[in-house]
Amino acid sequence: MLLEVKGLKAGYGPSWVLHGIDLAVAEGGVTALLGANGAGKTTTLRAICGMIRTEGEILLAGKRLNGLATENIVRQGVAHVPDGRGTFMELTVEENMRLGAITRHDRDVAADFERMFELFPRLKQRFRQQAGTLSGGEQQMLAIARALLLRPRLLLMDEPSFGLAPLIVQEIFDIMRRVQREQRVAILLVEQNANLALEIADTAFLLETGRIVVSGTAAEIRQDESIRRSYLGY
Amino acid sequence: MNGFIHQVIAGIATGGIYASVALALVMIYQATHHVNFAQGEMATFSTYIALTLVQAGLPFWVAFFATVGVSFCLGVLIERVLMRPMAHATVLTHVGLFIGLVLVVSNLTGWVFDYTVKPFPTPFHDGPLLGGLVTGHELGSTAVTLVVLGLVYVFFRYTRLGLAMRAAAYNPASARLVGVRVGWMLALGWGLAAGIGAIAGIMVAPVVFLEPNMMLGILLYAFAGALLGGIDNPGGAVVGGFAVGVIENLGGTYIVGTELKLTMALVIIIGVLLVKPAGLFGRVVLSRV
Repeated sequence: MLLEVKGLKAGYGPSWVLHGIDLAVAEGGVTALLGANGAGKTTTLRAICGMIRTEGEILLAGKRLNGLATENIVRQGVAHVPDGRGTFMELTVEENMRLGAITRHDRDVAADFERMFELFPRLKQRFRQQAGTLSGGEQQMLAIARALLLRPRLLLMDEPSFGLAPLIVQEIFDIMRRVQREQRVAILLVEQNANLALEIADTAFLLETGRIVVSGTAAEIRQDESIRRSYLGY
Repeated sequence: MNGFIHQVIAGIATGGIYASVALALVMIYQATHHVNFAQGEMATFSTYIALTLVQAGLPFWVAFFATVGVSFCLGVLIERVLMRPMAHATVLTHVGLFIGLVLVVSNLTGWVFDYTVKPFPTPFHDGPLLGGLVTGHELGSTAVTLVVLGLVYVFFRYTRLGLAMRAAAYNPASARLVGVRVGWMLALGWGLAAGIGAIAGIMVAPVVFLEPNMMLGILLYAFAGALLGGIDNPGGAVVGGFAVGVIENLGGTYIVGTELKLTMALVIIIGVLLVKPAGLFGRVVLSRV
């Protein structure tokens, strides 16, 4: 397992939002983390990145992440497409992308830029534009490109479909599937749109009010009608 | 007419000093949303270091670069030791901290280097040039200011570190998520601001003479310049600083007289806050409630 989370508690103030969850993400696979609003999905991603107070264990390839500062966790190869996309609005698209690769010193950065243009041709058209002027979908593409430019081992994605038109969502999910196949990056995908997430995921975990209530392969969960009815609502 | 042109040129020369200090203020403001009231006192302290080095027999430019280096380190140190623990404190705590820093640095300067007014050497030709239109020092200090501003621009616009610093200032949470060490970027910002302040101090000291309160008025003008240009816009602050220098000089010569010059800074500050609070080039921040 690339990422192992054991007995993780996490929260913002004195009380916990996550009450001890166990979670695993396989090397090179897509793991979906599903659940309703307020279940603790975003909190889980923030906990993995060391952005909030945690208890328990978070291991990346056996190495403990909790206790490290966010920037050092990122430097271990954990990229995060955050809730709200995290765009540097005042900077240009180019500068946003350069920031994605800011920890890298290898010579392949230029080639990776070209690859991002191939995945997201719109970013090339908007290259010199201020990122704040991009549409929501373009900003989401920029956020994904920025995360991929880190050349991560683990990519955390927080609701990439949020607030986007269905066509754009389809485009983004197609690209993610392609990236995942070609680059062998492990993805932990948080989604409210369970149907969409289960289409590309191998395994899935279902969160309810800070606890994992169901886990299994994506196929199992899709076929289990009682789970679908009671938790996923479709 | 010649007199007028000379006043404009002299205004540009002092405006360059204001522009540098305004830039230092804006750099820290952008990263922390606080105005470092002690920027002037820190610069004065640095200028004394330069004078000490020059008097110890070092060539002027060696003393200059050594002072900038030492000031940079002191700036980093202040951020690490004093500002870091207060990172999440309230605005009033910061105001208190900055006022404390003003008093401590200013008194430390007087205590270490004594309170008497001292002349400061200029490295440039000391006398009128171009038929009395401009003095050698005005020309030289403006050139130094422009070089510094140019370097700062190139640093922030084209280097990796400059980009990381801007990212840390604009959006610290996202900056951390791409691996930028935000805490260190803040400390570097303080170091750079202190270094720029030191240069401003060294360039203005031959004109106003060196004493522990040398930068008090200059900080006010610089603050007026920063507000005029937009406190969140480095380029605007630089333009504002130059503008304030020219306005101050012309107003002092032709309107209010030299005794009331400093009130012009206050008039500018109040005028900007009343008419255009975001400044000429500043960003208007709207928030929904």
